[in-house]
Amino acid sequence: MNLLARMPRWGVHPAENKAQSTARPIRQAPMPAQLILPMQQHIGAPAEAVVATGDRVLGGQVIAEASGFVSARVHAPTSGTVTSIVEHAVPHPSGLSEPCILITPDGLDEKLAPQPLPAYQQLEPAIVLEHIRNSGITGLGGAGFPTAVKLGSVRDAKIEYLLLNGVECEPYITADDRLMTERASQVVGGALVLAHLVRPQHTVLVVEDNKPDAIAALRLACQGTAAEVRVIPTRYPSGGEKQTIQIVTGREVPHGGIPADIGVVCTNVGTAAAVHRAVVDGEPLVSRIVTLTGNALAEPGNFEVLLGTPIRELLATCAMDATNLDRLIMGGPMMGFALPSPELPVIKTTNCILASAPGELPAAGPEQPCIRCGLCAEACPAALLPQQLLWYARANEFERAEKHHLFDCIECGACAYVCPSNIPLVQYYRYAKGEIRHAEQERIKAERSRERFEFRTERLAREEAEKEARRLERREAAKRKAAGKADPDAAPATAGTSPEVQAAVERVRQRKAAQADDGSQES
Amino acid sequence: MSMILTAVLALMGLAVVFGAILGYAAERFRVEGDPIVEQIDALLPQTQCGQCGHPGCRPYAEAIADGEPHNHCPPGGEATIVALAELLGREVLELDEEHGEVKPRTVAIIREDECIGCTKCIQACPVDAILGAAKMMHTVIESECTGCDLCVEPCPVDCIDMVEIPQTTQNWHFPLPGSAPGLIATDRQGAITS
Amino acid sequence: MTEFALILVSTVLVNNFLLVQFLGLCPFMGVSNKLETAFGMSLATTFVLTLSSICSYLTYRYLLLPLDLVYLRTIAFILVIAVVVQFTEMVVRKTSPLLHRVLGIFLPLITTNCAVLGVALLNLQKQHGFMQSAVYGFGAAAGFSLVLILFSAMRERLAAADVPEPFRGSAIAMITAGLMSLAFMGFAGLIRF
Repeated sequence: MNLLARMPRWGVHPAENKAQSTARPIRQAPMPAQLILPMQQHIGAPAEAVVATGDRVLGGQVIAEASGFVSARVHAPTSGTVTSIVEHAVPHPSGLSEPCILITPDGLDEKLAPQPLPAYQQLEPAIVLEHIRNSGITGLGGAGFPTAVKLGSVRDAKIEYLLLNGVECEPYITADDRLMTERASQVVGGALVLAHLVRPQHTVLVVEDNKPDAIAALRLACQGTAAEVRVIPTRYPSGGEKQTIQIVTGREVPHGGIPADIGVVCTNVGTAAAVHRAVVDGEPLVSRIVTLTGNALAEPGNFEVLLGTPIRELLATCAMDATNLDRLIMGGPMMGFALPSPELPVIKTTNCILASAPGELPAAGPEQPCIRCGLCAEACPAALLPQQLLWYARANEFERAEKHHLFDCIECGACAYVCPSNIPLVQYYRYAKGEIRHAEQERIKAERSRERFEFRTERLAREEAEKEARRLERREAAKRKAAGKADPDAAPATAGTSPEVQAAVERVRQRKAAQADDGSQES
Repeated sequence: MSMILTAVLALMGLAVVFGAILGYAAERFRVEGDPIVEQIDALLPQTQCGQCGHPGCRPYAEAIADGEPHNHCPPGGEATIVALAELLGREVLELDEEHGEVKPRTVAIIREDECIGCTKCIQACPVDAILGAAKMMHTVIESECTGCDLCVEPCPVDCIDMVEIPQTTQNWHFPLPGSAPGLIATDRQGAITS
Repeated sequence: MTEFALILVSTVLVNNFLLVQFLGLCPFMGVSNKLETAFGMSLATTFVLTLSSICSYLTYRYLLLPLDLVYLRTIAFILVIAVVVQFTEMVVRKTSPLLHRVLGIFLPLITTNCAVLGVALLNLQKQHGFMQSAVYGFGAAAGFSLVLILFSAMRERLAAADVPEPFRGSAIAMITAGLMSLAFMGFAGLIRF
């Protein structure tokens, strides 16, 4: 099929800035002095700690269990002692803290014995899936969705395409590029494991045309396998899941649906490599490749980093010039967010740390009024109307914004990139999404409160009615008793009492009768 | 003379016929009740706190349907006023300060060391969010508490605190970016309204 | 057949009751805030206009003419229109209480909508027959609905837009209506009628 004919006209082409970090191969980051492991490094419910302060843990040991359906395990990256389980600052746009497990490595790097699944091709897919779940693997492309849940949701759907997303369209980031160049066999091996799980008709590794080394390495690794390599033209954000699927297969993921609905499963190449490590080498997810780049670093490059490594130590490894540092960004220049301090850890979704020098990423000019030029609508990869979404978000008309498919926005930033008025469009959409979600939660809470209130009113009414009924019954019983007492010689009610009691009652009655007779005789 | 009579009779005849049609239609299209009260009630926050002056959210909804101003609900805040204004086709008003001010959402917490197990707070809670029994420890089910603070008054040992819900990464969301400068000077004061 | 087509084109575009003849501006400005209410109002007005156009014609033809009471036509037509509007209000209240609540006072105000009385009287002036009166009334309503819906869509956009302070609210709405009216002047001379 003619790929160029299918290449859509959306998107932008910012300066790539990838050469700085691809000059050298992947290096191993030095062992850090401390590891900070947040309980939530994925989409879904936070994991729950299963170790206590003071425990010694080995590399690969489970330190937090998944809680709930959409959740993932956390493993200890290396051997050491758990120093504390506290709230610690985590890499999140809010800058707030979350529960984290802090581990001090002992430097011995003792690992648990690896538990691979040999000859996985003969095993039931469910067993392989369980193994992936137990290895704590989440999407390493940036979103962090638990991989086992994504693959499990495919179930019986017929999958035509298994796409391995090696597009990496965002500027500066080269982690996937180096991974595919140097560890192509791992990537392809992981793709084949995933293919065993979802049984697609085509297994395709998708790469942008600005990565010639990666393409060559992957093509070599794919020889003799069912996997193939597809090269697509460089354009941001063609690496978004829905955009990659549209370019390669021509199909669009329906609104509110998942790719499995149209017979496609898409995972990142880093995730595939992690799957290969888990299934074939038997090691859980404890490290990832991170790009350290930016003009504030003297020695930028890609590193294999243990999860939980403080960013400060990585910046030191890259010989960062602190006086030349303008901003510290986690992620790329389009979709990343600024970090308040380098004391934060690397987590599963950290694909890049960008230490920019002053002037490298200049701040956008002041926001000016929208001139309704429509460039944003041309750039949007999801075919939305960013201009209308802006007006509605500004005017707090969230219902209309939702009707204009606000939740289909992938927050890629292409619209803000082209805006001649420097309007921070994505920030408006994030604000609107937050307000809508908040309002929905409030509505659900209010509904529950109303139900509880109505139940309570009903309960009180019922208790009142029961009390009234009992009161009536007692009154009736008292009336009956009074009617019974009007006849003094009648035998007192002794039915159901023991013989001794009955004898005693009889004695009293006779004594009373005798007294009455004496009284009547005397008078 | 007869012309005037004809005219009057003709118009009267017309009126009688139309009156009959309308009378029949009134019966045929009779509507019982007013479902608007349900819709108003669905927009209120259901804290049953009584700050609006009514003993609960439903009575206030009925009052609004009868014409009471819709800006008496502090827990609902501006969002509720705007939603009610849209539903009823009324103006968006400022919150009536007489009925309270907008405060951040709070939940009740019982200081368990001081609780004496008197069940007064349990009886006061409009949504049964306090768990406990006589002479047993009382505790607030945080997820059900609406922050109406009706339980604080009855407690004889004053052991209930209203604490703000802490902000975590789970309930944080992005703030509104700074608004645009506007075309002319008077626009720069205040946000855009319709 | 062509005659009815001509009547329709005339009433909807060339001699649009709202923007060219400037009748019925009250509900036009009052109800066009939201698209949903505008749609409901246009449905109600269509129903009222068509029905009252027919009923007015019948009243004229079979009551006023034979009894030589043509001078009473204004009163009689108002009576007819009031009844039709009241009937419509009852139907709306039954079928959609929300629409009834939202339209509020504007539903009974259709009685005083000069377009409705205007259609009835214009039918007389133009000496229309029964079918022509009906089509004329329906066409007038269609034109009214068209403009109302277009205008309310624009007003929704204006509500969210960056309008300078002195112009917000009715002012910008009036200006927009004036511009729309200018646009509709372009239809003049479309058909000779």
